[in-house]
Amino acid sequence: MSTLSPVSPNPASGVGALKAPDGGPDLPARRDKPFSRANLVQALAGGYIPLIVATLVVVLPLLWMVLSSFKQPGEIVTTDLKILPQGLNLDNYHTAMTTVPFARFFLNSLIVTTVGSTVKVILAILTAYALVFVRFPFKNVIFVVILVALMVPPQVSILPNYILIAGIGGKNTLWGIILPGLGTAFGTFLLRQHFKTLPASILEAAEIDGAGHWRRLWQVVVPVSLPSIATVALVTVVSEWNDYIWPLIITDRPETMTLPVGLTLLQNSEGNGAGWGILMAGAVLVIIPILLVFAALQRYIVAGLTQGSVTG
Amino acid sequence: MTRQLTSSPAATAQAVPAPQRRGRWSGRTRRDFFVFLALALPNLALIAVFTYLPLINNMYYSTLDWTLGSTSATVVGLDNYVAFFTSSDAPQVLGTTLVFTVVTVGGSMTLGLLVALALNAKVRGTTFARSAVFAPYVLSGVGVGLVWLFIFDPGYGVLSWLLRGIGQQSPQWINDPQLSLVMVIIVYVWKNLGYCAVVYLAGLQSLPKDVMEAASLDGANGLRRFMSISVPLLSPTTFFLLITTMISSLQAFDLIRIMTPLGNGTSTLIYEAYLQAFGAYNRAGYSAAISVVLFAILLIITVLQLRFVERKVHYS
Repeated sequence: MSTLSPVSPNPASGVGALKAPDGGPDLPARRDKPFSRANLVQALAGGYIPLIVATLVVVLPLLWMVLSSFKQPGEIVTTDLKILPQGLNLDNYHTAMTTVPFARFFLNSLIVTTVGSTVKVILAILTAYALVFVRFPFKNVIFVVILVALMVPPQVSILPNYILIAGIGGKNTLWGIILPGLGTAFGTFLLRQHFKTLPASILEAAEIDGAGHWRRLWQVVVPVSLPSIATVALVTVVSEWNDYIWPLIITDRPETMTLPVGLTLLQNSEGNGAGWGILMAGAVLVIIPILLVFAALQRYIVAGLTQGSVTG
Repeated sequence: MTRQLTSSPAATAQAVPAPQRRGRWSGRTRRDFFVFLALALPNLALIAVFTYLPLINNMYYSTLDWTLGSTSATVVGLDNYVAFFTSSDAPQVLGTTLVFTVVTVGGSMTLGLLVALALNAKVRGTTFARSAVFAPYVLSGVGVGLVWLFIFDPGYGVLSWLLRGIGQQSPQWINDPQLSLVMVIIVYVWKNLGYCAVVYLAGLQSLPKDVMEAASLDGANGLRRFMSISVPLLSPTTFFLLITTMISSLQAFDLIRIMTPLGNGTSTLIYEAYLQAFGAYNRAGYSAAISVVLFAILLIITVLQLRFVERKVHYS
């Protein structure tokens, strides 16, 4: 499906082109009086109002989550709605941490995401380099194998993978969470497409200088491909951090649970009305790190995610 | 749309150093052979073991009468499939899957197109709005599910408060099977429409400006231009989104699990497969059969996509 992409794979050029021209040269030319009543109404109805509504629909629930995470049970279990919390009260975070081992979940998520993403990115770079720059028979067949893997949803594999991983002692271990997801079709595919666009001349120069494949890979190909590698890395980080179905199945003890699975545990123990503040504190802890990463580096993430539906 | 993901043969020929024609198994070829294996084999082996092998194993497990955790199983052929399709659950599960998929795909694509039009307006702030609208797509489904469960809470949720404001009683979203499906669909669309919006926006921005201007000069108004020019020219984007959102809707799990753990009214194929194996029943063989059915559906969609991609739609 990914070959259908209507979006450029290169975040630098692709998303740059998405930017709406803020006050481009053709904009003021049409309007002789920019602040006339008709123009203002038109700008509001045709431009700002839909934009603001769309933004609010997204932002308000998240804002509500953050505000509620600071509220005492008394401020939530009430019939008249209080929008702002009485103060920056961290009790809910404290309760969330003590009811379930939240620090442990956070650390587990961090380890799974870091190790999983690092290995996946390296494997993707190595495989893509081999597919593009190393002579080998049946390279096209191998590429098709990777393309088909891209289309196999991980959800239909959970039962066989559970039996396999549990059988080799991976239940309730961090490596058991990480291992089945390490093979990367998405990263390989994306980097292969990028490597194919690199000019042959830079590699020929390195080859003439006597650089072997290893040096050509790390000293020529990787440095000029950093935006694409960042795209793969960030998409991988996001999907590892959010991954839910597999860690949910392969762990049933708190010591090895990741944050999303731990939140499920918290949900079971705080299922009444007074627990909402605590649950919102938990939701903040799982949502905010990715939101910050997204805010800082969104052009890479958007470019990577809009290329294909599969993000594994 | 400066570059397609499939690079042209010309680019390939240019990028790959021309193979040196020496003996078929010259030193360099042999060295490259092993270099290739060393670089690619770990990844390929992982894909083989954890992506391809499970497909085969699933088909095998689906022929077994087998309780998860039990050491013995009996081969029952296609009995699990027969049991599923003749059970009273089947119409329920297939119907829920159909409703969930059609409504979430239709909803996120329609709203996504509308949001894309808003984002395409020539006003300030579109860059920020685009990021904001896309953000839910990258957030944890578990976190998002909890936030919305709180909003939908009949006692203390914002929605119940708003409903009281207009003199209405909040419905019991969780307990009513139909309403819980409505609730999960709303949240799923909220989480995914940003993806459709950004893809549609890229499509809108690649529309030829001269055609629009010509139509404008001919007296076509905004709606007419949109229906007669934008919509047909966007058909490749629409088709791409139709396929990708359909595939991801069929795999939706996180929100369903966190918002309706019992699958009361929200048991789609993927969720039913999960519940049967890892819920109360531990029916591994039966669950595998449902997974195979789901995989078959996804396979059909993918094949349809590959067959119709170049033919049925305008594709520049």
